[in-house]
Amino acid sequence: MTKLLIWYGELTTRRNLTRRGLGYLSPGMLWLLWFLILPGFVLVLVSFISRGSYGQLEWNFTIENYKRLLGFSLFGWSADYLRIILRSVIVAVVTCGICVLLAYPLAFFICGRPARNRYFWLTLVIVPFWTNMVIRTYAWLLILDPDFPLARLAALLKLIPDGSALYPSALAVYLGMVSMFLPFVVLPLYSSVERLDWSLVEAAQDLYASRWRVFSQAILPQTLPGLSVGVILTFVPTMGMFVVPDLLAGAKYMLVGNLIQQQFGQSRDWPFGAAISMGLMVLTLISLQLYRRRSKEVDIL
Amino acid sequence: MRRTHPLVTAMAFVTMGFLYLPLLAVALFSVNDTRYGLIWKGFTLDWYVKLFHNEYILEAAWNTLILAVVSTIIATILGTLLAIGLDRFPWGKKTDTVLDVILHIPVVIPDIILAAALVVAFGLLRLLSGIFEPGLVNMIIGHITFQIAFVTLVVRSRLASLGRDMEEAARDLFASTPYILRRVTIPLLLPGIVAGAMLAFTLSLDDFVISFFTAGPDSVTLPLYIYAAVRRGVSPQIHALSTLVILITVVLIIGMERFTRR
Amino acid sequence: MTGVDLESGSDPHQESGEAAHSPNISRADLDLHNIDKRFGEVHAVADVSLNIPAGEFFTLLGPSGCGKTTLLRIIAGLEVADRGEVVLGGDKITSLPANRRQVNTVFQSYALFPHLSIFENVAFGLRSRKTPQAEVRSRVDRRLEMLGLQTMANRYPHELSGGQQQRVALARALVNEPQVLLLDEPMSALDAKLRAQIQVELRRLQRKLGMTFILVTHDQDEALVVSDRIAVMRRGTIVQSGSPKDVYETPHTRFVAEFLGAANLIAGGYQDGCLETELGRFRLAQPVSWQEGTVAIRPERIRLSSKPAGENSFKAQIQEVIYRGTNVDLSLEPGQLRVRTGAEETFEPGKSIWLELPPEALVVLND
Repeated sequence: MTKLLIWYGELTTRRNLTRRGLGYLSPGMLWLLWFLILPGFVLVLVSFISRGSYGQLEWNFTIENYKRLLGFSLFGWSADYLRIILRSVIVAVVTCGICVLLAYPLAFFICGRPARNRYFWLTLVIVPFWTNMVIRTYAWLLILDPDFPLARLAALLKLIPDGSALYPSALAVYLGMVSMFLPFVVLPLYSSVERLDWSLVEAAQDLYASRWRVFSQAILPQTLPGLSVGVILTFVPTMGMFVVPDLLAGAKYMLVGNLIQQQFGQSRDWPFGAAISMGLMVLTLISLQLYRRRSKEVDIL
Repeated sequence: MRRTHPLVTAMAFVTMGFLYLPLLAVALFSVNDTRYGLIWKGFTLDWYVKLFHNEYILEAAWNTLILAVVSTIIATILGTLLAIGLDRFPWGKKTDTVLDVILHIPVVIPDIILAAALVVAFGLLRLLSGIFEPGLVNMIIGHITFQIAFVTLVVRSRLASLGRDMEEAARDLFASTPYILRRVTIPLLLPGIVAGAMLAFTLSLDDFVISFFTAGPDSVTLPLYIYAAVRRGVSPQIHALSTLVILITVVLIIGMERFTRR
Repeated sequence: MTGVDLESGSDPHQESGEAAHSPNISRADLDLHNIDKRFGEVHAVADVSLNIPAGEFFTLLGPSGCGKTTLLRIIAGLEVADRGEVVLGGDKITSLPANRRQVNTVFQSYALFPHLSIFENVAFGLRSRKTPQAEVRSRVDRRLEMLGLQTMANRYPHELSGGQQQRVALARALVNEPQVLLLDEPMSALDAKLRAQIQVELRRLQRKLGMTFILVTHDQDEALVVSDRIAVMRRGTIVQSGSPKDVYETPHTRFVAEFLGAANLIAGGYQDGCLETELGRFRLAQPVSWQEGTVAIRPERIRLSSKPAGENSFKAQIQEVIYRGTNVDLSLEPGQLRVRTGAEETFEPGKSIWLELPPEALVVLND
């Protein structure tokens, strides 16, 4: 006799529940399986095959693509791709760093507001976050335009030739990246700062700790969960972002994202593009694991 | 609460200003009465008017709308079913974890990887059927794929907060399973479903990367149009278009936040 | 540990004359036979058998975790027992799902449906059984009126106070004319004053309806006020059951003695009808089956006087005086004794006083 159980007040069997549950899960899960999981595996597969002369896929196994990524090609070793990867990492690190530096004061400021106003300020931070990334990015072309005060100032200081814009440049990319990813860091950090136990801070101040020590010993550790979530949500996506470098720095300042886009665009080298994506994917999966572990202590949305 | 240090406040405002600078710049120059350059020449709404006469823009707007509506509807249905299936049934801990990870992938993954996978998948599916040429169908499929995850997350958190009490009470009051679903669970879930739908809609409207990789020549959306136009050179008309898009997004977001706070 | 098996012990119920006003309530006895339930390692309900005659106000009393709520939910059909049978009015309902049992529950959190009006909340049980609209109207209106909620019919749960919400939960359950009404700690969310008032109202309501009520609580005052019969539960079994007076005045075990109010416990050896203790020799009025054991006496039964007062009396010193308005609590040594007495006299710590333990007040415990 199948064992009866009560689930949410209903008298039923485990088999019954499983059957009904699968009914609910199937449509969504099948979709994700077909258009997310399988394509993922296909992508992995494709990273191990080669490309024909017209850009078609030739199904023979090779690890050529990965070797290319590391610099080994038919023409000897070149550091081009590695340079791109390194640049992406640097951009990611610097962007994260600046975002963190800006996020802390903002988070503390919002927490300093009376509770009923905080929601208003948070919404204020969220709104730019939801705006289209293309718009937000190209807007910098206006701000960095030669006629605009910023570029005029730089020209006055002889930093750039007279009458030219502040783009395309690394500076423009950083400005774009930071403004893009700042809310990703502020929101989780705010979550942590809100839960801060100020008595620890006061205790540290009571014990004559210097400002810096108060921060590093009493505040930083407590906000670490939110901080880590913010960094995790920013680091890898920064590397994969191609819109910002494309609009603000052109072809000379490529990041990993641009490289991938190129393979699926004009270069028509899907296997190579797949290989690069795989590299990025590995970093993402590591991020994902860290996110799941840390995010249990932090709510974002 | 301790008083905030003036330096902190100053930095906070600088940061806020930094965040809003791009948006304000676009809005400002959308009403500037000059075709080129950024010198202020007077206020005008001409560019907005010109928008409505531009066929390409109108077509892109239409595509964007269709894409968002269709994908939102399908994603909301699939996502809600998924949320109920995940929360209201006793799966083992391992199964739960696996399903949870799968659900989080579209949320954490950089858009470009998802786009790459879709390009490759559609490339192969194209061999089976012509529907999978780059175009609106591909875009809808791509959008649904990442929308489902968000809808499920939102609906699921609402479900979790409902708890068992209601349904047990309904059972105690002679209700059958379909009756409970109809009269208790779904009505209580509705705010969450609507919030999820609005989230999905906004995500679709603003999406660039997925659309970029899956679009065909006839299926330009507003973000794609703006991108292509900007690469050719900025113009006030684009500013006007962008400002409108920003305003619509803001209205949607505020509406959505209001709804989730009920 | 085997449960206590009861087969209609005391006189089941005092017929309430008003029961005739509710002809739809059928008189049905509830029987539980050897109910057993485990949750993993925890043995929530251990072989419990009970008989609850129709129309009785029965209370399951015990500390949290003793299994009383689990037992209630098994009766409601919201838990499945591992073993045993639930019988209502002669019919086995053990395998009946909750939505087919003629039993309704008032939940601890009230579980009112926030998206439905008060009227629709109360009507829910009737609507799920497709009751015709006219009948729904009349029955719901009648119940709302009985519980003083007629003016709230179109409001929503979040607009009501805690006490009002509880009445809605009651109305919602009662409108279905169940054979048994189950109440799961319904007053835990209310403040003390409201609780006292509602306890009395609940009692009156039950008497008027003549319906079987089963209440679960950890509050012994509540149990004493409302019940016809109390079953004290501990760790999944019923340790003692009986009328409030029985359970309070003649507890069988130390646990029951201490759970239902304060008790002074005195240990000693039994010899020739007397208990030999450190405090002295006390004559007992009840027969004793053990040689070494404990007796209990309630603080209010110990008599005080300024001079020695006959048998079972001894001298003690006041340690602490706690004034409580209506009475005074004294703690005395030796023996860590507590005495409760009227507040007319003033007592001072440090003074000596004579205590008398009347033999009839000394209750012999089984453990």
